Amino acid sequence: MTDLTDLDLTAARDGLVAKKFSAVELTSAYLGAIDAAKGLNAYLVTTPEQALAMAAKSDERIANGRARPLEGIPLGIKDLFCTQGVETTAGSKILQGFRPTYESTVTSQLWKAGAVMLGKLNLDEFAMGSSNETSAYGPVISPWRRKGGTEPLVPGGSSGGSAAAVAAHLCVAATGTDTGGSIRQPAAIGGLVGIKPTYGRCSRWGVVAFASSLDQAGPIARSVADCATMLTHMCGHDPKDSTSASQPVPDFGQSVGQSIRGLKIGIPKEYRLDGMPDAIGREWDKGIAWLKEAGAEIVEISLPHTKYALPAYYIVAPAEASSNLARYDGVRYGNRAAGRDLIDTYERTRAEGFGREVRRRIMIGTYVLSAGYYDAYYIKAQKLRTLIAQDFENAFTKVDAILTPATPGPAFPIGSKTSDPLEMYLNDVFTVTVNLAGLPGMSVPSGMTEDGLPLGLQVIARPFEEETMIKVASVIETAAGRIKAPTKWWRS
Amino acid sequence: MTEPAVKYIEGATGPWEIVLGLEVHAQVSSKSKLFSGASTEFGAEPNTQVSLVDAAMPGMLPVINEFCVEQAVRTGLGLKAQINNWSRFDRKNYFYPDLPQGYQISQFQFPIVGEGEVLVDLPGGATRIVRIERLHLEQDAGKCLHDQSPNESLVDLSRSGIALMEIVSKPDMRSAEEAGAYVKKLRTILRYLGTCDGNMEEGSLRADVNVSVRKPGGPLGTRCEIKNVNSVRFIGQAIEYEARRQIDVLESGGTIDQETRLFDSKTGETRTMRSKEDAHDYRYFPDPDLQPLVLDKAYVDAIAAGLPELPDVRRARYINEFGLSPYDASVLVAERETAAFYEAVAKGRDAKLAANWVIVELFGMLNKRGVGIEESPVSAARLGELLDLLADGTLSGRLAKEVFEIMIETGGAPKAIVEERGLVQVTDTGAIEAAVDAVIAANPDKVAEVRSGKDKLLGWFVGQVMKSTGGKANPQVLNDILRKKVMGE
Repeated sequence: MTDLTDLDLTAARDGLVAKKFSAVELTSAYLGAIDAAKGLNAYLVTTPEQALAMAAKSDERIANGRARPLEGIPLGIKDLFCTQGVETTAGSKILQGFRPTYESTVTSQLWKAGAVMLGKLNLDEFAMGSSNETSAYGPVISPWRRKGGTEPLVPGGSSGGSAAAVAAHLCVAATGTDTGGSIRQPAAIGGLVGIKPTYGRCSRWGVVAFASSLDQAGPIARSVADCATMLTHMCGHDPKDSTSASQPVPDFGQSVGQSIRGLKIGIPKEYRLDGMPDAIGREWDKGIAWLKEAGAEIVEISLPHTKYALPAYYIVAPAEASSNLARYDGVRYGNRAAGRDLIDTYERTRAEGFGREVRRRIMIGTYVLSAGYYDAYYIKAQKLRTLIAQDFENAFTKVDAILTPATPGPAFPIGSKTSDPLEMYLNDVFTVTVNLAGLPGMSVPSGMTEDGLPLGLQVIARPFEEETMIKVASVIETAAGRIKAPTKWWRS
Repeated sequence: MTEPAVKYIEGATGPWEIVLGLEVHAQVSSKSKLFSGASTEFGAEPNTQVSLVDAAMPGMLPVINEFCVEQAVRTGLGLKAQINNWSRFDRKNYFYPDLPQGYQISQFQFPIVGEGEVLVDLPGGATRIVRIERLHLEQDAGKCLHDQSPNESLVDLSRSGIALMEIVSKPDMRSAEEAGAYVKKLRTILRYLGTCDGNMEEGSLRADVNVSVRKPGGPLGTRCEIKNVNSVRFIGQAIEYEARRQIDVLESGGTIDQETRLFDSKTGETRTMRSKEDAHDYRYFPDPDLQPLVLDKAYVDAIAAGLPELPDVRRARYINEFGLSPYDASVLVAERETAAFYEAVAKGRDAKLAANWVIVELFGMLNKRGVGIEESPVSAARLGELLDLLADGTLSGRLAKEVFEIMIETGGAPKAIVEERGLVQVTDTGAIEAAVDAVIAANPDKVAEVRSGKDKLLGWFVGQVMKSTGGKANPQVLNDILRKKVMGE
């Protein structure tokens, strides 16, 4: 019998419904795989008992012919989602041991759709990072290695645990969150599909906040179809989130494999960066050719304010984060480092509880919101944000979707970029614009580098037109062919 | 409308004028909090009315309580203020254990209500117009308890997140009396509207008082803000003390530092809380968890259509329609319940007589007993019945008061009391004539005196007749008969 963990979501679901194997068997296979992959450090917490109990219930429902859409599908959950009774740390020491009494809306919906929770996935601390190296619980090791090499690579971030777990077949699919590229970047360099839906599609209720106006939950999965299915069950209006959109949620799976004939695809010239590795340009050109071949019309477009996106992002996101993270003060929950007096306790708690990158962003955010600097930084960044959104609005009067590279390069060695935060921030150069404009964006694998590392492309669509985006990504996926999973070297 | 005369404070160097502006924090009357469903009931055990949002648990999000928005709009309309169709919530960032989120959600740049005004009637008939600068919605903080444990402070979050309206006046008041009258008037309006219970003891209404002094006609002085004063009396005391302090500083050659001060109700003094240098940098920015508040005209119009008659309008009606004096009208409209009681008494009756009875007899009795009108032993209906007996001549004024006393004790109906105790006024001319004749016959010398010009003695005759009739003689009839018989008129 083939390894059950090698089945993607669609295949696993078919197998379960056809009773080729049980949900308990499927879940057990994953729990075994997770045990054998401790070295990757993808999971912070596993919940085997809960998983098996949920799987047993799924088997009952399948037996009774009452299977739900994700019945028995084992998922990994980024540890930014609050899960009832299960430790939720956001990758930070400050929340070590914190067990929410509540379940995030997105995960509740997944459980209601029949999915099984395997555990909580590692991430950059408070989702701040692009390599999963800022986690207080150690970096995640990518299941990918360079051809012939053994040097440990990063899985990307901040949803690094999610990408590594999906790529290493430690879960069928995973939830992620994306504030500046945290789903699309790790998915792209992990040979996976990742969707950041339109801002407002997924409820933020119960997701630990990083930058509220940018944060969106979304799936990482092995295929466009899997990702579309996951997305269908993660989205939906939630009255508990005032920024949640009351838009109908279509069955996104229906868009997979649909024709894109006549669709206009924009190619933004500003995304062809100086000094961009040749491989990235090559992948992009390949993607353009595939779409043209599928009947789409390729249109060169301009997004003139693109160069301001990273600076604007690194003002807005830290500003919101500095305020969002003020609640971690050691007073009500999480770790407290007692001091001489109140101020000392605050300072110790936060100095000991937060890592370097989180502290850096809190400092930046506090600075840009301060009297005398607010207009020069925060207000200016908001104006840029408006201009960037207008760039897209203008472009979308001419095109239906936009194709760009997903990342400026493939997975890089652990430790290679940690000394220079600015170089690390460049990882988000193609993805932050989408968050600033609140648009849907997804990454889809397009090919491999010469030394065997996956690369991906990004498809961007108009607000709430994820279906168009999925159609385009689906064409790329078909043309590129599914990327072969990495060999399971970590098992030996 | 007459403006009040300026009251100067005499200093060593001459007169000074006080300039006052108030920021009143009024708790919105609402069953649940501004951004969560937790209860707002007063007096609950610590930390029993705290939702996940109020405790700022990770991933929790605020959702605006639409009723609180409606209450703010209603209040704005009651203050004759501009309702802003677009307003926004901002975060005011600072660390304190009673502030779980590490920020207060407030409206900094774009408040829900803009400029309005409050007419403040002062003793002596003058009216001060106090302009309102703005009204905005914000969350209340929790409470630190420092006296529960010798080495720890405890935090009670039951109040955390309760909706407050901050009502900011322009610096239009010139004395402690005006400031006190302003707060009372504001409270009256809020109670009429039902948007704040105005209960200062429970902290539903608190004021930050901005005080500065200047030479008459001179430029505005530097102000100090006295935080969180929670009674009208304390507001007056704090202002008096603070103005005198500032004058003393200025007259001895010093300057006033702009600072935040605290009022100590035990000593009646104010003291520095934090100076301008220590002022927080609150790092206000728009709350990304909330959408801007957008109100359409129809929504505001519907609330406007449902407003009750407000005290100023009601007072004018009492003056114009009922012929009451401005003072009596002010007294009766000060509380919605009082006005309602009065109107129930006055309906279909002599409105001035009713006002007189409510203000003099009823209020006098309630004051003596220290109870509010809602606990009055005499209902409006019963008092009305009493006035009917007065109007139809059954009772004289004196008898009516007697009956009223009995009503207070027994709570009985006036008609029954009158019948039971035989207190009906005698209007039978024959009976009164007989009584008058008897007094005349017994006092020929007095009759002669009156007739020789001492008509003041007539009152003595009235007294004698009343005595012999047990006070039941109709005074009008008695007067007529006496004049005829004694004076020969």
